[in-house]
Amino acid sequence: MTDQTTSARPASGGFSIDFKAWGPLLALAALCIFGFILNPAFASEGNISNILTRSAFIGVIAVGATFVITAGGIDLSVGSMAAFISGVMIMVMNGLVETMGVSVATILVGVGLSVFLGAMAGLANGLLTTRGKIEAFIVTLGTMGIYRSLVTYLADGGTLSLNFDLRSLYRPVYYGEVLFVPVPVLVLAIVAILGWVLLNRTAFGRHCVAIGSSESVARYSAVKINRVKTLTYVIQGLCVSLATIIYVPRLGSASSQTGVMWELEAIAAVIIGGTVLKGGYGRIGGTVVGAIMLTTIGNILNLTDLISNYLNGAVQGVIIIVAVWLQRGQWKRRGRSGDGG
Amino acid sequence: MPDGGVAPDVLMHAERISKSFGTVPVLFSVSFDIRPGEVHALIGENGAGKSTLMKILSGYHQPSSGQILFDGAPVTLPPDGLAEDLGIVLIHQELNLAEMMTVEENIFLGREIRRRGFLDRAAMRADVAALLDRLHLDIRPQDRISDLSIAQKQMVEIAKAISRNARILIMDEPTAVLTSAETETFFRQIERLKAEGVAIIFVSHKLGEVKALADRVTIMRDGQWIATQDAAELTPDAMAQLMVGRELSDLYPPMREPDVDAPVMLDVAGLSSPAGVRDVSFQLRRGEILGFAGLVGSGRTALFEAICGLAPTSAGTVTLDGAPARFHDVAEARDAGIVYLTKDRKEKGLLLDLEMTPNLTLLALDRFVRRGLLDRAAEKAGMERAARRFDIRARDPKVRARDLSGGNQQKLLLAKVMESDPQVVIIDEPTRGIDVGTKQQIYHFIAALAAEGKSIVLISSEMPEVIGMCHRVVVMREGHVTGLLEGAAIEENEIMLHASGLKGRTTHD
Repeated sequence: MTDQTTSARPASGGFSIDFKAWGPLLALAALCIFGFILNPAFASEGNISNILTRSAFIGVIAVGATFVITAGGIDLSVGSMAAFISGVMIMVMNGLVETMGVSVATILVGVGLSVFLGAMAGLANGLLTTRGKIEAFIVTLGTMGIYRSLVTYLADGGTLSLNFDLRSLYRPVYYGEVLFVPVPVLVLAIVAILGWVLLNRTAFGRHCVAIGSSESVARYSAVKINRVKTLTYVIQGLCVSLATIIYVPRLGSASSQTGVMWELEAIAAVIIGGTVLKGGYGRIGGTVVGAIMLTTIGNILNLTDLISNYLNGAVQGVIIIVAVWLQRGQWKRRGRSGDGG
Repeated sequence: MPDGGVAPDVLMHAERISKSFGTVPVLFSVSFDIRPGEVHALIGENGAGKSTLMKILSGYHQPSSGQILFDGAPVTLPPDGLAEDLGIVLIHQELNLAEMMTVEENIFLGREIRRRGFLDRAAMRADVAALLDRLHLDIRPQDRISDLSIAQKQMVEIAKAISRNARILIMDEPTAVLTSAETETFFRQIERLKAEGVAIIFVSHKLGEVKALADRVTIMRDGQWIATQDAAELTPDAMAQLMVGRELSDLYPPMREPDVDAPVMLDVAGLSSPAGVRDVSFQLRRGEILGFAGLVGSGRTALFEAICGLAPTSAGTVTLDGAPARFHDVAEARDAGIVYLTKDRKEKGLLLDLEMTPNLTLLALDRFVRRGLLDRAAEKAGMERAARRFDIRARDPKVRARDLSGGNQQKLLLAKVMESDPQVVIIDEPTRGIDVGTKQQIYHFIAALAAEGKSIVLISSEMPEVIGMCHRVVVMREGHVTGLLEGAAIEENEIMLHASGLKGRTTHD
């Protein structure tokens, strides 16, 4: 070791933007301006509220994914898990209508069941990766297949629909507003704030960062690695359950097509938001912005004829890659490879 | 060897090689030569510059000054192992094989035989089979590397080198990880290579082996060439003498008289661990600095990792401050008042991508939590306090740990373990890769901690450090304690004799 220190910080004095911190928000702003130019209706109150409401599912799930990814893990099972939990919730609530009637109590049982299933599914993912010592990618690839196939089985290949009257009662959880704020947006905001505090202001959050940064350093520094990692998957499961609770009243049904690709959208939102895929650095605020960006792209394509709506996935893909490329600052540091010393 | 005239039978001659890393000089005008069919041992203490010299001789480092003559002509060796094309092969101590590939694939890695664009597996297998046969190795070409023993892997490395027509084979502590039976096989292999005219340079701390195997021995100390002599003229004792002979300056703080009546803080009895510790017993008193000397891999780190819950134990008892202590993880050890400061700053010590503050508080993070939330002001104050106390200097408090100098990283690590307010501190190689000024500071910090009443274990492979700092010294070899030295017995020859198995209890199994 020598005293040669290589500083990775840009030495340029004066005005320079910290792209890591503000990049996602700037990109979202640019996207919004672009959307407004294409179609002024983009900026209408109804449309903005629509974008935010639709962002809530992926946003809530992605907040959970931020913990998993920051601690060096990955969870591919969230989309299937959401579908499975929706399916079980609907079946149980329908079944309870006979005994408990169309009542808030029935819905509360469904909600409680959802929370329980989410926590258990997360616990299973967590224990299999930590105690079972199987790579998270493999474990959650497996559980992804299991939940997807279970929901298909429960629906007998078709669709599980919530009892019509029950759905009317449950409806406000997705369509309702509190102080002019749609409930899903409120939920996303609360989850984001709690997530931010947990990640940035508690020992647990610091331990997640430490593990993602270097598991061996964390082990030598008295961090309970298995416990913390398992908890990140439980948090992820709870976030999925929460997303499901606001998703079920939206369509009132679950099928094998529910939540398809949500895992990838959630991971994309996390990465666009500036969290590092290999762990050690997580940003809740960025994640929320990332989730909103993904929804915004689809929304803009809906509002314009410029690009076919069928290309939604392609545009999202390009934006994900560009966003991450900008963040990594590769365009700034070109030609500087390796470090001296 | 006199300067100037190069004897005709010299294969490679390094002339007045100096090397600095940044501003830190590590080699001072070292000359070295090797003849065909010769086994040349390179010995010296840790930090003497052996590894650097080996890397310069094999092209991995470029000398800052001096030149290398190969076959009588000056050469600039190409970097990154490309010197292999010239017939100069360095076998690293941590072997460099693709674990999941077969012997055959490894030997031909990067220069596979192809026919019409496809791999000619039959030709490669036949070549490798012939080679393994020629070297009398009981390994098949299709064996997977991960299924081989360490000794066999080493033989594969040697076979790989031979298949590349190696003329000079440079090996870093080749026998450090071998059992005595494996070492015998290794010796026979070396004799065979020697008979074929291959020149062999090897580093070893086992002086008995050096005596048995080498034709000539070069001794280095503090980056300087000390002597090159025929092995026949040197006894192991004489080698040890040449390796160490040095005055101790006031690099070390004055030794405080140990208090023989101080209570025993740590009492270890008959401790064994599958990680490589066998039946170790010792006692550590309050305010004492107990040294642990020995060669790299002698089980010192494994011993204390086992005590601190980082490695399993299989037998024995540990008593900490009168209470039985069997820890399952670092948190339990920390709560009981014992911490281990790793020698591996980068892999196990610091979160390199994080700033100093989260690194400082990580081990004792519970102390910085108030009502469930991190007390950031307390963390900041802690960082300022630690920076003052341990003289941690950074241009910017937000600098990442990666960008600190080695010395500041080490001070930060010391500050980190002290945040948990331990009673027993185990410090493993506290001055590895650190300049002499910072070394002196760290020695004073350690002495001050002992004076405050902390009990310190100092594991070090640098003998002057052990001698300059410790009240008593335990010497370990192959997982055993071979000696407990006190008073005047704490001197380099005595430690070297115990560490290399020439004195004290040894086993042959």
